[in-house]
Amino acid sequence: MNESLKIDNLHASVDGQPILKGLTLEVPKGEVHAIMGPNGSGKSTLAKVLAGHEDYGVTEGGVTLDGEDLLAMEVDERSRAGFFLAFQYPHEIPGVTNANFLRAARQARLPKGEEIDAVAFYREMYEKMDRLGMDRKFTGRSVNEGFSGGEKKRNEILQMMMLEPKYAVLDETDSGLDIDALKIVAEGVNAMRSPERAFLVITHYQRLLDYIVPDVVHVLHNGRIIHTGGKELALELEEKGYDWITKEPVAA
Amino acid sequence: MTPPKESAAPARHAWFDESPARDAALPGWWRERAAAAWGRFVELEVPTRTDQAWRFANLAHLRFEGHGPAPAVSESTAADLLARAVGERPAGHAAHFVFANNQLLHADTSGLPEGALCLSFAEALASQPDLVRSRLGEAADCLGGEKFAALLDSADPSGVVLRLPKGCVVEGPVVVQHYVGGERAAVFPRTIVVAEDSASVSLFESFESISHGDETLVLASADLHADRGGRIRYAALQDLSDKGAKLVQFQRAHAGRDASIQAGSVHLGAEWARNESINRMLASGADVRVFSANLANGEQEYDQRTLQSHQAQHTTSDLFFKNALYDTARTIFSGLIHVLPGAHHTDSYQTCRNLLGSDTAEANSMPGLEIDADQVKCSHGSTSGAISDEEIFYLRARGIPAEAARRMISLGFLHEAIEHLGSESLCDYLFARVERKFASLG
Repeated sequence: MNESLKIDNLHASVDGQPILKGLTLEVPKGEVHAIMGPNGSGKSTLAKVLAGHEDYGVTEGGVTLDGEDLLAMEVDERSRAGFFLAFQYPHEIPGVTNANFLRAARQARLPKGEEIDAVAFYREMYEKMDRLGMDRKFTGRSVNEGFSGGEKKRNEILQMMMLEPKYAVLDETDSGLDIDALKIVAEGVNAMRSPERAFLVITHYQRLLDYIVPDVVHVLHNGRIIHTGGKELALELEEKGYDWITKEPVAA
Repeated sequence: MTPPKESAAPARHAWFDESPARDAALPGWWRERAAAAWGRFVELEVPTRTDQAWRFANLAHLRFEGHGPAPAVSESTAADLLARAVGERPAGHAAHFVFANNQLLHADTSGLPEGALCLSFAEALASQPDLVRSRLGEAADCLGGEKFAALLDSADPSGVVLRLPKGCVVEGPVVVQHYVGGERAAVFPRTIVVAEDSASVSLFESFESISHGDETLVLASADLHADRGGRIRYAALQDLSDKGAKLVQFQRAHAGRDASIQAGSVHLGAEWARNESINRMLASGADVRVFSANLANGEQEYDQRTLQSHQAQHTTSDLFFKNALYDTARTIFSGLIHVLPGAHHTDSYQTCRNLLGSDTAEANSMPGLEIDADQVKCSHGSTSGAISDEEIFYLRARGIPAEAARRMISLGFLHEAIEHLGSESLCDYLFARVERKFASLG
């Protein structure tokens, strides 16, 4: 069985401009992979393509989730199939409370006619918010509206904890976080690590990987994975920058 | 009588064949006033295309030939309506009135404190003539609907007169429910709320149809007076039949020194509804807030005309309208902030936001500002737009199907106005009514 998130020779464009140019990688269940890369290498494009954003067109290649064709699924189907993207810039939804939003997301996973157990839902949500150090007032506030950068990122992790995906992609979750918030977010992610779940952590900085220690580190450059190594690769990149690696294989 | 010059033009008073005044038991002063109003109604022109106060309105809605006062409902209908009213009223009322076709079905004022006066309009005409005379808004005090206002003044009123004496505070809302039914049937609900010095009260009223599809007219007024330090919260729900039913309402706020008035409305029903909201900040410290949340679909048209008139120094007002439109629905918002000479240090805001749920819906906005004073902070703005694709994407990325995502965003959009309309339980009630309409859109 292919118990993995498998990306195979993925090509994708935005406005006709090719960004991903043959990206291949596989994240097996139980592992944490990191993707690092300089600005403009295609990191966020990968995240949006996996989530199914309509502005990003796949021109070649494929993605499977436990052997199922992820790209053939609608955006919401992907989520219900166990895929999760923690957004780099979470959107604000005026007038829709965080609690109602999470509830609707959970409700969407139940069979038709089945209702969510509201008491158990709130108990679980409060418990998870406590773990993330989120004030309970956030349940009644509109989704992400007026949240600070750090609060938005915590809210993404709360959603991940409530939806318990099989495969989670974190898109620059560390950007805009101070060190305390970073630790809390990392603890939340680490608590979810399990043989039944995989993470793909996209980041520009090695700092996050001190707290979420990856099994594998990939370097993305110009739309392709150009180097793969262990967790020590992240430290090496931090120390030496990207040049030694991006300039190494003088374009074939 | 000379015949009309153009046979195509309707006679000026063709809306109603005869005066709607019926009740000979009403006091003489009122009947004289009504007769004079009928005379004015007959003389007044039907609004025309070139009338600025009716700009963008579809005048084809203004057809009331053969209309007359709604006939009394049968005993069994009355019993059914009362059961419906009790089942559907918001929770925690201080007083409860139910009217059907101008007729009082139920009055319970047992939750009101001593000193609070709460009467049906007909009773108030008999026992509190000075109160009615001094607090009932002038028909001329309107925003283009003079002919309707004159017609309203000529009719036998239903509705409630509420007066809170100095310092009297009422916690729960006074709930007034109006029902209308019958072919070419008209009702004339009128509300007067007076909060004397430092008194505080809230009133909720609803307008609903007895059955679907009758051609009916609700012609209503709500006059809200808060004297020094007084506080009034008023909210109206219009959920009439979306086929046949029409409504014109005049809502007037008169805020005195350090008084605050909040006037809210939610429109879900009716084929056509026109709301004229006239708000006067009369003395320093006066504060008026107007909130409206409206959901129009099919061929519904909501016509909203508003005035924020700052008549003294150091007064504030905030007006916030939200319209969600679907199918070929139309809304017209025309708002004016008027800061009168000498009304320095005014703070005034006016916002109208339209959410277009279809390409064929039409939202017209005409914000306006007229400032004749100094040291004034005023802003007005209106926006129209479709639901943001990025918002839908975000909800869908969490597993919520596209249709449910659209609905959540639209409800959220209206919720931002509804949440200001009253107590938490009243907001929940109104929100549930909006959800109910959304569910019926399918």
